[in-house]
Parts: sequence; structure tokens; C-alpha cells
Amino acid sequence: MKHDNSYTGQDFKVIGTRVKRPDGIDKVTGRARYGADASLPGQLVGRVLRSPHAHARIKAIDISKAEALPGVKAVVTADDMPVPEGLSGDLKHTLENSMARGRALYDGHAVAAVAAIDAKTARKALQLIEVDYEPLPHVTDVDAAMQPDAPVIHDWLYTSGVDPKPEKPSNVAQRTEFGLGDIDAGFAEADVVIERSYKTEATHQGYIEPHACLANIRPDGSGELWVTTQGPFVYRNVCAQLLGMDIAKLKVTSSEIGGGFGGKTHVWAEPVALALSRKANRPVKLVMTREEVFRASGPTSSTSMDIKLGATRDGKLVAARAEMRYGNGAFPGIWGMLSCMTSFACYEIANCKAIGYDVVQNRPKVAAYRAPSAPMAAFGVESAMDELAAAIGMDPVEFRLKNASKEGGQSHYGPVWGPIGIRATLEAVRDHPHMKAPLGPNQGRGMACGFWFNIGGQTCSDLNVGIDGTVTLTVGTVDVGGSRASLGLIAAEELGIPYEQVQVNIADTGSLGHNDMTEGSRGTFSSGMAAIFAARNTIEVLRERAAKMWGIPVEDVIWEAGQAKAKGSEHSNLPPLSLKDIAAKSPKTGGPIAGHNEVVADGAGVSFASHICDIEVDPETGATKVLRYTVVQDAGKAIHPDYVEGQFQGGAAQGIGWALNEEYIYGEDGRLQNPGFLDYRMPVCSDLPFIDTKILEIPNPGHPYGVRGVGETSIVPPLAAIGNALSNAVGVRMHHVPMSPPRILKALREDRRANRGPAKVA
Amino acid sequence: MRYEAPTTSSEAAALLAAETGEAFVLAGGTDLLVRMKNLMVEPELVVDVKRIDAMRSIEATTDGGFRIGAAVPGIEVGEHEALGRAWPGVVEAVQLIGSDQIQGRCTIAGNVCNASPAADTTPALIAADAQVEIVGPKGRRTLPVASVATGPGKTSLAKGELVEAILLPPRPAHSGDAYLRFTPRTEMDIAVVGAAVSLTLKDGVITAARVALGAIAPTAIEVEAAAAAIIGSKLDDGAIAALVAACSAACKPIDDKRGTIEYRTEVAGVLAKRAAMIAFERAGGSR
Repeated sequence: MKHDNSYTGQDFKVIGTRVKRPDGIDKVTGRARYGADASLPGQLVGRVLRSPHAHARIKAIDISKAEALPGVKAVVTADDMPVPEGLSGDLKHTLENSMARGRALYDGHAVAAVAAIDAKTARKALQLIEVDYEPLPHVTDVDAAMQPDAPVIHDWLYTSGVDPKPEKPSNVAQRTEFGLGDIDAGFAEADVVIERSYKTEATHQGYIEPHACLANIRPDGSGELWVTTQGPFVYRNVCAQLLGMDIAKLKVTSSEIGGGFGGKTHVWAEPVALALSRKANRPVKLVMTREEVFRASGPTSSTSMDIKLGATRDGKLVAARAEMRYGNGAFPGIWGMLSCMTSFACYEIANCKAIGYDVVQNRPKVAAYRAPSAPMAAFGVESAMDELAAAIGMDPVEFRLKNASKEGGQSHYGPVWGPIGIRATLEAVRDHPHMKAPLGPNQGRGMACGFWFNIGGQTCSDLNVGIDGTVTLTVGTVDVGGSRASLGLIAAEELGIPYEQVQVNIADTGSLGHNDMTEGSRGTFSSGMAAIFAARNTIEVLRERAAKMWGIPVEDVIWEAGQAKAKGSEHSNLPPLSLKDIAAKSPKTGGPIAGHNEVVADGAGVSFASHICDIEVDPETGATKVLRYTVVQDAGKAIHPDYVEGQFQGGAAQGIGWALNEEYIYGEDGRLQNPGFLDYRMPVCSDLPFIDTKILEIPNPGHPYGVRGVGETSIVPPLAAIGNALSNAVGVRMHHVPMSPPRILKALREDRRANRGPAKVA
Repeated sequence: MRYEAPTTSSEAAALLAAETGEAFVLAGGTDLLVRMKNLMVEPELVVDVKRIDAMRSIEATTDGGFRIGAAVPGIEVGEHEALGRAWPGVVEAVQLIGSDQIQGRCTIAGNVCNASPAADTTPALIAADAQVEIVGPKGRRTLPVASVATGPGKTSLAKGELVEAILLPPRPAHSGDAYLRFTPRTEMDIAVVGAAVSLTLKDGVITAARVALGAIAPTAIEVEAAAAAIIGSKLDDGAIAALVAACSAACKPIDDKRGTIEYRTEVAGVLAKRAAMIAFERAGGSR
């Protein structure tokens, strides 16, 4: 049955209540099973040997000594993971990323792996593998990688998106451009122009749970994979294709997930674990160490940007240009392109151009991280916005309000805006008591805005009614932040039953149709939509069964408040039938009662946020303390406000860490210097204030309940909000993230030397 | 790997002396177990000292000082009232290590013998003129804390020797000490720079002082010139400026992932200044 996804607007009964999440007790008592918590009889321990070189030719790998070690059951190299016929593009890169083929492309790139009876034997076996490397010139910095004399990492990589097509390969994978109008004319119209360059260092998603899986390939070629992932269906498809298996013959079960933030949308060591299991003919458990997670999985781009904004004296933004160079790690991606699309979305600028470059470098393959690519672009644009507001003497919030995107306007990346929340979040910021709170010495307040697209995508769900009238909703998106509770509320709302009567089940790939990754803030939006439609299909069945029980036409049965009711005076003698009544009789009225829905969840609603933060700088050490932080974001409709607020807070916390201390530090040798939580400095609880939140609800017209995604937008503003606060606190404008104590102290020192002239570039 | 848990220091020393492979003392384990887990060390022998009575308590000594057993966890140091009154700077250094959970296990002796240039307790102990009491195959000896570490991860202890206790001297009236460190995070971090000052006043004038810095050289160091800069003063601005200059001049740091040479050199002076002002106030001084 085809359903309409339009927003209908309604008075909700259970939507918006703060019910208990069903996975909570297991998670706080340690009973929940994560990626490393599964075992099978006879399982082996898998471990990976990784390149100590940033870039090296692998002349030979001798695995004979490792294979001869008692207790070693399999050793694999790229030879055991041949490229299946027809595999190309991103999938081919993914295979090469999971196991080096002829060249190690970054420090930490896998070159071989072993499966042994215990960890000690596996460790010894790794030491017995002899790899003959020929080190090659490397490049880790994004600007250096674009230079004409940079070592060219891939001889097959020619820049796309430029005319004429380049004659020589380079590290620039693609150039993309989005925009509107005529920027030359726009800048000619401007009274004030701000032009600045910015750099941001790479960060890691920092999920507490490392990548972990249990792979089990049977002799008949079928198999299963237990794994921590944001998308078991996509992992299944990708792993099967990389290993040349039939998709239906690999069953993937997602464990509970100890954080993903985009980093668990890509496969890393999972294909290696499967290859080890296939070769050893035994189950293999592979758990990456924290060091491996940092060296070989999911960092963001490191970036370098030039931003130019122009406004008239009365505060109208008339022109904008951004050139953004995004590091992609060892393989090409779309990160610079995403930066273009997000960069100017908050504002209506008649003449703007955003140019993105995707650049390969000898670093781990870049992965998605919560609103991927948007935080860096926003750091540049929102920092320059504050400087421009100051230059024309306007309040930064008023300046943004005057130029905010609005419904019916043309976005710079294509779509015409529907009802959007940028203006409402800015008005809420302007009117928030936080904006008027007093500040002390060395304290400053900053604000910034952020945008994220949100996505929908392929989704499938089942709703089954038990004979006692309880309901199981089965979904194929992973519960990354409380979605079991949210989806349980949605099913309860549709059926008109209490939340407690619904159990939400996360399906393995053998139990449900394909679901796209839980990414792009789509979990509650898309599975929520599929749950609504599955429930509506179930109601059709319930009406039929009630009609049968009563012996009346189904057209005379309506579903209302959790009950079937017979309408019309001729049926006034028929008391309503509850879900429980109908379920109890189901074996005799046609068997199991169920509803199913498969959908491409179109209509995702974009999301905007505006943040306020107060910070204090110690001018003698450069240390920054975040004193107060407020997030205002448009949720469309907050299904479960606790988990909406949790997403706002989590995004802000990660953005604050990114702004102040987190960074990948590479040595001259191209090796990662800080692959651990001691020296990769994510904030701890005591580093953060309570993050206050304000949920706005501007319904998304493309969802029956008005839901927008909420998971990502709030990581976008913090970098610039903190930079703006810093500038207001101590008068230095930071152009390099993270704004770590040594960088701030240096900027303060240079500022003092310049005798408090205009703010300096740091 | 062999695990032993002797009940006397001399037994522990004998086990360590007899082992031909790599052997380690296990007190709180907050450094050792992490290094073992990360395969940075693979010991043949681990000698757990937590069952040795002489290492388990904090005692007042007959001369008016304190003896802190090598296996006493940080949390007990923090709870000892008399010790906290006499040596607040040493105690606050212990309380900066790791986190509450770490302090339930970690020990001062372990912090000193791990010989990290960034160890939090070492500068505070050097400023306090603390000694370590060592037991070994050839008997006992004491050594100033500053002489234990000889470089990152290296100590002057001979094979078979282990620390039984930390000895803090008696405290004259009108004395105060303080330790400050800089870390980008509030906890679970390692000092980028550490500074400790201990001083004694007479009639409001500093008559004795010791200044020590951490994380700015291969080992924590005592900075005599910095102490000399404030002795005889009431910690006036001129004395503070001289202290800051002496501390920055004494720094021989490295550039690394935790901080730059320039940053450490500047912040060492800042922290020494602030520690001196706190110690001065604790001693009853007024500026």
C-alpha cells in the first residue's frame, strides 16, 4: 500500500513524552553486548600487521615463518583478498584500504593479518611476518599535497571537474563548484570586504568502542558477521562484494554500538576478519586496539580554506567566495564537495561561489564524522561573518538575521528552501537570557550558526502483533542514540496503544529487507516513517479481522484510540474491540497480524542551529575554559525530547573538543604522533559545562509527524562560536583549529608585540 | 610471566635481584599494567609490594616528618589530615594524578620510580626536599628524590633495589608549599609543565625556599637560582620577576605533541610565580 509522507499535523498522545529507553538498563549495568562481546566455539584471535611507513612500496611479504608457528591457523595478505571481477571505484579503494596491495599508503595501513589460537600466538606471528619495504616520498599536509612538486600518490588519479582535463595525474581528485550570481559584480557592490585564510587539523570521531567483529565463514562459502556498525545491511553488501560472496549468503548482525558518529559507516578490518575466517575455516574475532583505531580508521579531513565575504554598509551580504581544500586521506572522496554545499547555506547571498578541492594525502582514508565537512567550512564562514559584522558596526546576531536564508529562497547548492529554521534559531538566540548574562575579565561570548542537509533513503520495517496484543516493531536502522524509544513511541502513537506495549527490535540482515546506513540523521526520520506506514498497514489488517469477528463489512470498521469501532447506528450494539481482543482471536480469524513497509524515505528536512558560548581565557597560559553553552536547533518534531537534547549536547561537546584541543599530529616522518586518548585530547566531563538546549519545532512538510533529523547539525557551529568568543574575550582572532593553549598564547604574544593593533592571524 | 607477592621488603629485593629477565615492581599498577597491555614491556617477573606491611601506611616520624609507604595509594595520601596540613603542595600533586579512579590505585613511589619527566609528584617532592628509602640486596640507603630519575624512564636504582618509603622532612613554622601543573584538560592528562615551590618565612620574609620544575627537561629539576631570587624577599614584584626569569632560563624542554619549547619555557615561569604566591600565602605571608 502506498502512503503519503506529507505532514498532517496532529495532537499527539505519546509523541513528545520522555519515556524510558528499553536499552538503558543493559547499557548502564554492562549487560549490553557490544562488538567484542560475542563468542563462538573454536574461535580464533585475529590481529593485523600495519605499515610503519607513511608511504612505501611492498617489495615482498614472507609469511612462511608466521605460518609455521604452532597455533597459527591462517595468515592473509592482499593475495588472499583478490579483487573480484567487476569491482571498481570506491569499493575497490575500500578493499585496498582494508589490505594494502603493493604499496602501503599511510602509517597504519594494513599489510597482513593472522588468526591464531590465542592473542599471544597471534602477536608472535605478526613479529614473524617479514615485509620488505621500499620507503617512498610522502605527503600528509593538504596544501603541500597540492603543490606541483608533491609526490603523486596515485598515478591513475586525474583531477575531475576541470576543463580541459589534466594531462598529468596529481593528488587533486576533484574540483567542485556551487554558487549563484556574479561574484565579481557582488564584490564591486560591497562597501566592506573581509578576506581570511583558515586551517583546521584532522580529528577522529573518538567513539569509545573500537571496531570489533566476529567473522564466521563456513566451508560452503556462506557465513555470518557479528559487528559494531551503523548499518548491517550495507556492511553485508560491501563485505560480500569485496570478498566475492553472494549477498544473501552473508548474514550480518549489528551489536550494540559504543559510538559511531559516521566512523562506523565504512568497513575497516571486517573484510580482513572474514578473509581470515575463510582461510582458517574457523570463526575469527578481531578487535582493533585504540592505536589501530586512530592510525587506520576514520579521521576527518584536515583542511585549508580561503574565505572572502562582502557586505554593504547597511548590513546586506552581497558577495561571498570560498575556496576549500579538503584532505581525503589515501583515497579520493567527496569531502570538499560537501564543504561547498554546506558553506553558505545559512545565508541568502545573491552572488556566491564555493569551490572545493578533494585532495589525497598519506593519511588514513577519511571517513564521515557527524555532519561531515560542514564544521570546518562553518569555522571559516562564521568567523569571517563575525569580523564582517564588526567591520560594519552591526551586532553579529542582527547581521546574521538580516541575511538569513528564508522559505522560498534559492539555496546556493540547488534546492529552493521550504519552511526552515535558521531565522527562528537566531531570534531565539537573540532573545535568550544567556545573551544578556554578565561577563567577567578575560571572558567573552560568541555565537555561530550551522546547517546540515539530513537524509532519508531506503528503509524497511515490520510490525508484528503477538497473541496477547503486544507489538514488536522490527527496524533495520541501528540504535545510535535512543531510537528504540523514539520508534516505540511512533508505533504506539499510530496504533493508539501505550508505549509499554511495544518492543522495538533491531533486525539482522537475514530478518528484514535492505536498510541504508544509520547516517545523515536519518534513523528516526526514516525508520519512523516506515514504522508509521507499517502500523497503518497493520491497522488495515486489524479492521479486517474486527469486521470478520463482527460479521460486518470492513468499510463499517474504523480504528480509533487503539480500538476497532463499528460505525453507524445499525452497529450500536457492538462494543469496541481492543488490539488485545483482536489479537487473541487472530489464530481463528486469519492467522498472524502484521504490517510491513518498504520505502525510500523522501522528504528529509534540512536543519539549522545557532549556538551561544561563553569562555574564559587564561592570558598567561592560553588555556580556554568553556563557562556556559547554549544550543538552539530546529528538530521539526521532537519525538523523544531527551534524545533530541542528547544529540544537541553530544554534537556541541564534540565540536568543543574539536575547537580547543583535538588534532591529528604527524611527524616529519609522516607517522601519527598521538594515536591514543592521552595525547589525542578529547574533553572529559569536567572540561565541559552543562550544555543547555532549546528545541524549536518547525515541522518538516516531508514527514507525517514533521520530523527532521537532529543528530548532526550541532557539531557544526562550535568551532566558530568558540573562535568568536575568544576574539571577544582577549582580542585575538584565531584562524587555526584547534585553538590549543600554545596557539592561543602565541597569538596573544604576537598581539602584545603589535601593541594591541588589529587582531592578528594566528 | 611470574607473579610474586612477598610480605617483606627484603624478600622483594631478593626476588628482583635473582631474576635474570625483565622484572618490575607492581604497586598501584597504573603505569605498569598499561605498559604491559600496550606491549611496551613484557616482564618475566612482577613483584607485587602491596602485601608488605612496611609499605602500607603513612607514619609520623620521630623527627616530626612523615614516612609514606611505597604501596600507599594516592587516595590515602589525600585523606591524611596531618600530612595535608604540613605538605599541602605534595598532597595536591598526588591529587592531580589521573583521576579519582587512578588515585585509588596509584602511589607516590610508583610515580617517582616511573621516572617520567612529567610526573606530578616529583617536582613537589623535590621542592619539599623529600628522600626515598631504598631496600636492596646490600641493605638500605636513602636518596634525595631528585636523584632517583636519571632520564625518561631511567632511575639510579641498582638491580634488586626498590623504594620502601618516601620521607618528608619536619616542617618549620610559617612554611608553605604548592604545586601547579598545566594540562589542556582538567583531568586524565599529563603535565605539559609542572612547578613546585616550598618556602619558610620569618617575620614575613622568605628565609628558605626550594623551587622545582617538571616536564621541561629529561628529568624534573630543582632550580636553585629561582629559590635564590625570592629568599630574603617578601615576594614583591621584583622578586617574582626574577623567579620567573630564573625558571624560564632553567628550562631545557623539547617540542612534542604535548607542547612547544617556546610554550613550556614561558608557562614554567607563569606556574612558578603562581605556585610561589600560593605557598607564600599558605606560610602566612602577605604581599
